[in-house]
Amino acid sequence: MTAMSVVGAGAPVKVCVRGLDFFYGDSQALKAISLPLHTNKATAIIGPSGCGKSTLLRVLNRMYDLYPKQRAAGEVMLDGENILSPDVDVNLLRSRVGMVFQKPTPFPMSVYDNIAFGIKLYEKVSKSELDGRVEQALRGAALWDEVRDKLHASGLSLSGGQQQRLCIARTVAIHPEVILFDEPCSSLDPISTSKIEELIDELCERYTIAIVTHNMQQAARVSDFTAFMYLGELVEFGGTDHVFTSPTQKKTQDYITGRFG
Amino acid sequence: MSPYAARRRRNAIATGLCWVATAFGLGWLVLILAVLVWEGVRGLSFDVFTQMTPPPGSNGGLLNAIAGSLAMTILGVAIGAPLGMLAGTYMAEYGRYSKLTLIVRFINDILLSAPSIVVGLFIYTVFVARMGHFSGISGAVALAVLVVPVVVRTTEDMLLLVPGPLREAAAALGLPRSHMILRVGYRAAKAGIITGVLLAVARVLGETAPLLFTALNNQFWSANLDAPMASLPVVIFQFALSPYKDWRQLAWTGALLITFTVLALSITARALSRLRTSK
Repeated sequence: MTAMSVVGAGAPVKVCVRGLDFFYGDSQALKAISLPLHTNKATAIIGPSGCGKSTLLRVLNRMYDLYPKQRAAGEVMLDGENILSPDVDVNLLRSRVGMVFQKPTPFPMSVYDNIAFGIKLYEKVSKSELDGRVEQALRGAALWDEVRDKLHASGLSLSGGQQQRLCIARTVAIHPEVILFDEPCSSLDPISTSKIEELIDELCERYTIAIVTHNMQQAARVSDFTAFMYLGELVEFGGTDHVFTSPTQKKTQDYITGRFG
Repeated sequence: MSPYAARRRRNAIATGLCWVATAFGLGWLVLILAVLVWEGVRGLSFDVFTQMTPPPGSNGGLLNAIAGSLAMTILGVAIGAPLGMLAGTYMAEYGRYSKLTLIVRFINDILLSAPSIVVGLFIYTVFVARMGHFSGISGAVALAVLVVPVVVRTTEDMLLLVPGPLREAAAALGLPRSHMILRVGYRAAKAGIITGVLLAVARVLGETAPLLFTALNNQFWSANLDAPMASLPVVIFQFALSPYKDWRQLAWTGALLITFTVLALSITARALSRLRTSK
C-alpha cells in the first residue's frame, strides 16, 4: 500500500510515526500512517482537502487533546519516546514541538510580550537576558528590522505577514526541536509568502520541520522530503525531488500534475 | 400601478411605520428623563449629599441612603462578580463540552429573568429570618444573587468569542490551561467581561424589591452591616408614596441621581464594548 522510496534512508530520524490511526468520533481520518521526519530537514505534507494532512500535524503536538471525542492510536516516537502515551506531559511536549497556524494568531499584547511571554513560562531570565532573547527571536524570524521601533505596540497592529513572522518568532523563542507549519502562507500575499519560505529554509538548519501546504510549488521549494496523502492514507513518501519528478504511484503523479485535487 | 411602483409604496409605508414606532418608544423615554430632570433638579443641593434623611417637615438629604446603596452594591458585586466570572470561565473553558455546562446555562438563564422580589424573599427566608433581623449584609447578598447570572452570562459569552485559533496558539506554546485562560483568554475578553460587570452594577443599583425584604431601611447614618441599612431605591419608594411634599421632593432627587448613575454606567459599558470591537 505505502510506497517508501529509499531516498534519505540514511538520515537520522527525529520523529517516527508508526501505524497511526486517528478518529473524530466514529469517523476515521487517518489510516495506518507511517512516516519519518528527518532531523533538521523540512518535510512537506501535501494532498487534496480533507485528506488528513492537518490532522496528522495536529497529532504531532497532541493539539487534538483540546477537543473531546478525538483520539489517536498507534505510535509517534519523538527521540524514541512515544508521545501518544497518556503519561506524556503535553505542555512540555508542546514546548518541544512548536506550531505555526494558518491564520496569524498574535496574542492581544505588545510585540515584545508576545515573545517574552513564552520564554518567561519556562525559564527564569533577567530583564537584559530577556531583551536579548526577544531580539534574537525577532531576528531569527526576519522581523527585527521592521519592528525594532515598535516593540511595545500591540502585536495586532502589524500587517498580516509581519504577524505571521511574529508567530514564528514566538515559536522559535522557546527553542523547540520540531516546528509544525499548518499552511502558514495561505492567508498571505506573495511577498510575505516568499519571506516566510526563505525563513523556513533557514530554520531547517536548527529545527526539524513539517509543513502542510496546498501549494505544490511551495512544497517543492521549501522541503527536502514530501509525503503525499489521500483519503486518510499515506500514498507516497520520499525525497522531494524524487516525488515531484518520478513518483512511484499513479495517484501521486495525477495529483502533482493537477489532474485531480 | 406597475409592480415596481407598488413595491416602492409598500417600502415607504413600512419605513414610515418603523419611524412612528421608534418615535413612540423614544418619546416616552425622553419624557421620563425630562420629567425626572425637571422635578429632580429643583431639590438638588449640597444638603442632599451631606444630610441624613429627615423626618417630615424638616431639612435633610440623602447621605445615608447614598452611602447604603454604595456599600451594598459594592459588596454585592464584590461577592457576585467573582463567583459569576469563575462559573462563566468554567463553562467556556474547562467544561465547554460537558453536560453540566448545558444544565448550568439553562438554570442561569432562568435566574437571569427571575423576578427580583423572589430573590428578596429567598434571602429573607434563608438569611434574615434566621438572623432574626434585617441587615445590610443580607441586602448585599440579595444583590449578589442578582449579579451572578448577569456576570456568568457575559463572561461565558465573551470567552466563547475568543477565537479558537488563539487558544490553540497558546496551547501550542506549551501553556498550561490556567495560563491560557488568564493570560490570553481574559486578556482578549477583558473589555467584554468588564462591560458585563458594569451592566450588573447598573442592574442592581436600582433594585428595590430585594432590599425591602433584607436591608429594609434606616432613618439614620449606619455603617453597621449587621443592622438595617438605608438605600436610595427603598428611600425613594417610601418617600414617593408619602403625603409630605419635602419627602416627595427628595424622592425625585434620589431618582434623578440613580437614573444618571445608571445612565453613566451604561454609556461606559457601551464605550468599552465598542473599544473591543474596533480593535
